[in-house]
Amino acid sequence: MQVKLNGEIREVPEDITVAGLLAHLGVKAQRVAVEVNEAVVTKDRYDGHALRAGDSVEIVAFVGGG
Amino acid sequence: MADSWSLGKHTFTSRLLVGTGKYSDFATMQRALNASGAELVTVAVRRLDLSKKGDESLLGWIPKQMTLLPNTAACFTAEEAIRTARLGRELEMGDLVKLEVIGDKRTLFPDVEGLVEAAKVLVKEGFIVLPYTNDDPVTARKLEDVGCPAVMPLGAPIGSGLGIRNPYNLRIIMETVKVPVLVDAGVGTASDAAVAMELGAVGVLMNTAIAEAKDPVLMAEAMREAVSAGRKAFLAGRIPMKLHASASSPMTGLIGS
Repeated sequence: MQVKLNGEIREVPEDITVAGLLAHLGVKAQRVAVEVNEAVVTKDRYDGHALRAGDSVEIVAFVGGG
Repeated sequence: MADSWSLGKHTFTSRLLVGTGKYSDFATMQRALNASGAELVTVAVRRLDLSKKGDESLLGWIPKQMTLLPNTAACFTAEEAIRTARLGRELEMGDLVKLEVIGDKRTLFPDVEGLVEAAKVLVKEGFIVLPYTNDDPVTARKLEDVGCPAVMPLGAPIGSGLGIRNPYNLRIIMETVKVPVLVDAGVGTASDAAVAMELGAVGVLMNTAIAEAKDPVLMAEAMREAVSAGRKAFLAGRIPMKLHASASSPMTGLIGS
């Protein structure tokens, strides 16, 4: 299925969870925050939150800023 | 007695707040942060670059004793700023946010209407909202009214290094609100930071003035001393300005008189 990931359309396995997506991408969960369809998914819900086709996912981290 | 100040449950002794952007490398940033003596350090929230696996994390370079202050820089609407603040909280697990709602790309001046709107929502969600605002006393009062525990008027546009352009408005803001006033943005060199503190600011937040100095570590040290000197001068109480001289040596007992 397709989801929008950080603004780009990506093909991901059906019913993949947020935890699964992070593992699939090789991203360490503790250093990112995740938003699905403009709502934050807290870390305790990564395992239980399954993505659906067409979801808009944002994965963010801290960068230098003022 | 320590000359400290507070935001909610957080108490600080350093009055210099610094950013982490624009440094040539993380090692220089780390040395500058240490030299600044800052306790509050701003960071931005951005999309993770998924093409760079194992990319070095900024956080590893920020000294552990420093408290992170996530910002909502480059957000142009209240909605974007609110979403970014929530993501920052999820990353940091803290409650502080430097709230920016920008109204104009060229000047990066705040959109004060969006700012007050976003502040209202975030305060209700339990955030300690530090709003980056214009040097406008009316907006400062509105931000205080919606529950911001401090206001952060600009000294000059972000990254401009123009210094404290309107000291009178800053003074009026300090008279208008009861919450701490921190001067955020515009500082170019040490004397600018001292001026802000002499006016009665509780603190000064800066990034570019340190990060883009030829020697960021030395400038961080200079800023630390300037903020401290300005604070002491404010507490000491300056003399009134007079148009004419007032002799420091006795005018009597002169020889040959």
